[in-house]
Amino acid sequence: MTSPTLSIRNLTVDIPTRHGILRPVDNVSYDIAPGEILGVVGESGAGKSMAGNAVIGLLSPPAHIAKGEIHVNGQRIDHLKGEDMRRLRGKHIGMVFQDPLTSLNPLLRIGDQLTETILAHLDVSRSQAEERAVQALDEVGIPGAAERINSYPHEFSGGMRQRVVIALALCAEPSLIIADEPTTALDVSVQAQIIALLKDLCRQKGTAVMLITHDMGVVAEAADRVAVMYAGKLVELGPVRDVLTTPRHPYTDGLMGSTPLASRGKDRLHQIPGAMPRLDALPKGCAFHPRCPLTQNRCKTDPKPTLADGAGAACWFPLTPGAEVA
Amino acid sequence: MALVSIKNLTRIFDVSKPWLNRVIERRKKAYLTAVSDVSFEIEETKVYSLVGESGSGKSTIGKMLVGLLPPSDGSVEIRGVDLARETDAAAVDAVRADIQMIFQDPFASLNPRWRVRDIIAEPVAARGGETAGLAEKLLEQVGLSARDAGKFPHEFSGGQRQRICIARALASEPKLIVCDEPTSALDVSVQAQVLNLMSDLKDDLGLTYLFISHDLTVVQHISDRVGVLYLGRLVEEAPPDELFDNPKHPYTQMLLAAAPQLGSFGRDVSPPKGEIPDPIHPPTGCAYHPRCPLAQEQCSAERPRMRVLRGAKVACHFAQ
Repeated sequence: MTSPTLSIRNLTVDIPTRHGILRPVDNVSYDIAPGEILGVVGESGAGKSMAGNAVIGLLSPPAHIAKGEIHVNGQRIDHLKGEDMRRLRGKHIGMVFQDPLTSLNPLLRIGDQLTETILAHLDVSRSQAEERAVQALDEVGIPGAAERINSYPHEFSGGMRQRVVIALALCAEPSLIIADEPTTALDVSVQAQIIALLKDLCRQKGTAVMLITHDMGVVAEAADRVAVMYAGKLVELGPVRDVLTTPRHPYTDGLMGSTPLASRGKDRLHQIPGAMPRLDALPKGCAFHPRCPLTQNRCKTDPKPTLADGAGAACWFPLTPGAEVA
Repeated sequence: MALVSIKNLTRIFDVSKPWLNRVIERRKKAYLTAVSDVSFEIEETKVYSLVGESGSGKSTIGKMLVGLLPPSDGSVEIRGVDLARETDAAAVDAVRADIQMIFQDPFASLNPRWRVRDIIAEPVAARGGETAGLAEKLLEQVGLSARDAGKFPHEFSGGQRQRICIARALASEPKLIVCDEPTSALDVSVQAQVLNLMSDLKDDLGLTYLFISHDLTVVQHISDRVGVLYLGRLVEEAPPDELFDNPKHPYTQMLLAAAPQLGSFGRDVSPPKGEIPDPIHPPTGCAYHPRCPLAQEQCSAERPRMRVLRGAKVACHFAQ
């Protein structure tokens, strides 16, 4: 196997507060290979965005990486600071945020924003950078790229704006893209366009993509592998088909069961009782045990189980594959 | 008789610039047709869903139904009473008491300075009704605890707040509840809890819902009848099984094909072309014709009427 583009080992993020230390990301490890799309799913508060922000160095203090290592293309990046991090970010890692309106500067033409990024990260002349900017817009499917380069962000529709943001993330040819809920603010038909675009780019350029989303449908269609997070911990990791059709962690199973599906008809949806615990009141043992149908004594006392070999489910009593699911 | 009967409903917003700009820049007045000639009926104790992308006018219809916006043309009749035109105040009042609404954002739709007890009792208190013990009873009905009545909204999670919104909507014992994207702001597992609660309440209390959503899977799960909106026009209307198994309008087909599906791993969708057109200058004839694979000359000239086609109603010249 080729060496992974992104490798996260035992990543732990801490937020010190007056009432103690909160741990939104706890001992998370995963790899993303070149050209691979890893879907990171979980409900709000699961720590999926926080893990993405930790990789690109956007944790806002007092949140900080307390433990663990992050490697991009074999280079360790978690301890980089200031200028070093800035140079790396953008060149090696591109970021696509949920809201395309707030991730562009409304006062600058998109061409200027693109060339600025290219000049900062690539060793090219201004005219080459401008050429590259038009090319980047063309690649993400914006019609009439040469003219549109002089438009302001407000002159684009939501879907087109998200394309511009993707172009911006791609223009320095990063080897890793972190897409944090890239289609959540978009309509279904536009969402399909953006997902197809991400998949295409990933295939053609061999870019690794971390796709953070809460939409299981999007993950099923776009991702190669999926990581399921709950209360800051990685609870299940594996190829997307295996995890979604034969989930082994009871939380994944519950999540799949609560998604309305045509094949299930109009029966009651399966519901997971309760809600995600607050970070300052995490249950002892496995964080999912108060909501889990399979809880036994061991789950309440023993520290959380971890994933073996970076795959499978972090559960004392995982469901056996082949058990009834969807 | 249908509980709600909507006929040729149209809503036009004036989106012109201020008059001084118009004079200096020689601009004409601009109008946005948010809802255009929409007709449908909602049967008692049924769930009617409106689906569509942003800008399709689904929320505007919901607002006109509850009387938050007056229609520009056409009518909304609830039990034969047209809220916008009825002159008998008592009749309007009687109908109004039967309608409630649940909004999308459970954070913005609860007053942060009020206790939950007061929030829930408000629809009854505003009419001078008896409110003692009401909030506690309703809280238990929606799966919260009676002790929660003394708390403030910020002490609850998103799903719990949406339950409070539902309790408030139930307080005046309405017949019809307009639900505008009630689960869009919630996580999947919480969404399942709220959807189950809503269908239980419907069965227990004989409620009728107008369910507004952009999420096709949720609509398919909960509805008895579905209307698909595009650019303020109703393009297809059918029972959910018919609509999802056998969509007839090219727009509905595109929408269903584009929606991500759980079972289709690594599926390569050929993404839909184009975007929703500018509603201030909508295309002539059928609004979908610039993106439609079936479009012919007739489509750009003549707006298709609703016609009945194998268990569904479709507004398309060429749908088979």
